[in-house]
Amino acid sequence: MIADILTVMWKERKALFRARGRRSQTILALATPLLMAIVLPIQVESDWLSGVLSLLLAFFVTLLVVGITIPDAFAGEREHHTLATLLASRLPDRAILIGKAAVCVLLGWGITLAALAVGLVSMNVAHWQGSFRFYTATTLIADVSLSLLLAILVASVGVLFSLRSASVQEAQQTLMAVMMLPAVLMQGVAFVLLGSTSGRERVRAFFSTVSYGEIVLAVAAVLVVLDALLVAMVLARFRRARLIQG
Amino acid sequence: MCDPAIRFEHLGRDFGALRAVDELSLEVPAGEIFGFLGPNGAGKTTTIHLLLGLLEPTSGRAEVLGYDTSRQAEQVRAECGALLEHDGLYEQLTAEDNLEFYGRVWRLPASEGQARIRELLGHIGLWERRKERVGTWSKGMRQKLALARALLHRPRLLILDEPTAGLDVPSAAAVREDLASLAAREGVTVFLTTHNMAEAERLCRQVAVIRKGRLAALGRPEDLRARGGASRAQVVGRGLDERVLGLLRESPEVAAAELRDGHLEIELRSGADLAPLVSLIVGAGAAVEEVRRETASLEDVFLALMEEEK
Repeated sequence: MIADILTVMWKERKALFRARGRRSQTILALATPLLMAIVLPIQVESDWLSGVLSLLLAFFVTLLVVGITIPDAFAGEREHHTLATLLASRLPDRAILIGKAAVCVLLGWGITLAALAVGLVSMNVAHWQGSFRFYTATTLIADVSLSLLLAILVASVGVLFSLRSASVQEAQQTLMAVMMLPAVLMQGVAFVLLGSTSGRERVRAFFSTVSYGEIVLAVAAVLVVLDALLVAMVLARFRRARLIQG
Repeated sequence: MCDPAIRFEHLGRDFGALRAVDELSLEVPAGEIFGFLGPNGAGKTTTIHLLLGLLEPTSGRAEVLGYDTSRQAEQVRAECGALLEHDGLYEQLTAEDNLEFYGRVWRLPASEGQARIRELLGHIGLWERRKERVGTWSKGMRQKLALARALLHRPRLLILDEPTAGLDVPSAAAVREDLASLAAREGVTVFLTTHNMAEAERLCRQVAVIRKGRLAALGRPEDLRARGGASRAQVVGRGLDERVLGLLRESPEVAAAELRDGHLEIELRSGADLAPLVSLIVGAGAAVEEVRRETASLEDVFLALMEEEK
């Protein structure tokens, strides 16, 4: 099984990096997060090392990279008529699923970590104080672990949408719309809560009772549960007979 | 006698209310090229998906190389090579990468895989172009490469779904030639679907005709042609007139005869001998210059079977 997963990863890696035209697309897609990773830390200075801003960047980069690559890996096989041949091979369903998803998750997570490193260097270079300053432990653990959990979540939702989509574009659009929904809802809630003085007081009171670490733990717990549910759903639905009839 | 490579027993598959494959029973002997013929929508591709264990039968069973396709689908796929409706090649990868990927899928050791890739690409004349991206290739070249990919792991059974569909005449001929030579060299059983009758006649030792998911005919192409009804004869000469035509129409060997542009068109009854009819024509005073006998083509048989349906 491990050898089969590695085989699928080998192909996915080649398809991702060796495709002509894909490099320029990738550079363009990464330009915005890279710019943010340079500019944001310069603007917020040391808040970058201990606040929630680096986590927001990590979420954005993860969502962007995994959201683009997952539909390409799954819906792309159907769109390019390569799926049936792959399913007619001896590869087990799970090796195909895990191999493809793993490349997208690792790529998304890897680029996120790279963006965080760029941000760290950028902040230190712009605001040098005689020694290299690092992220606080809580921030680092939050950024690294939550971005990985988010990558798995986006990948799982992406696979589910890709199984039902006729094209890569359709899968990408649906996935992005759905993944943006929680952010839009949270914005709405924040708008209502922070719109009144009493609401602002309540929010301030709540955040004075909990630490950043506790919030991170709560978010991590929610993501772990969601990931477990979604991965189970994906494993149940990623079946040859279902895919071939798709 | 060897076990058959493929055995269907009352195989059936429904998609909702649609019966795509219906009570299909047949055997494909090992080592043969077997043609599975039928019009579009007859159930050929569904049958292939059932063969490869990609779909579960609704009724009956299929056995491939001794494995039950429902319970032992992984073993079936491990020992089969397939070229399906689309070539399934990754356009962004090179020809070599495409084959290397499937070499890894079939767990060929690296050195053996490389040697096999060289052997197959060399055989089909594509070795020099192995570093090119497949997306830039013609359909004929891609189909040849897909054929090489299907044979990469030396499968015992090769399943081909309309391998020359959509190819121009020279490309189709080249793919057919490669298929025939590779199949012979590798000693592989081939299950081939097509609606190209000439291709089936040229390549296949046995053919089955499927219609609306049901088996309509099965046998060697020549037997099906013979069963396909009356053969025809054309007699060219001088003195072929209404009197000769009348004599012919009285003969029990003749199903129908007519005079057309001074020559005779005769439709013979099944198993009829032409020689006594030629004697009859000569005896009636006509001078025979040329006699051509035409048997029904596989296409005639196929069309007749489809006509029965209507």
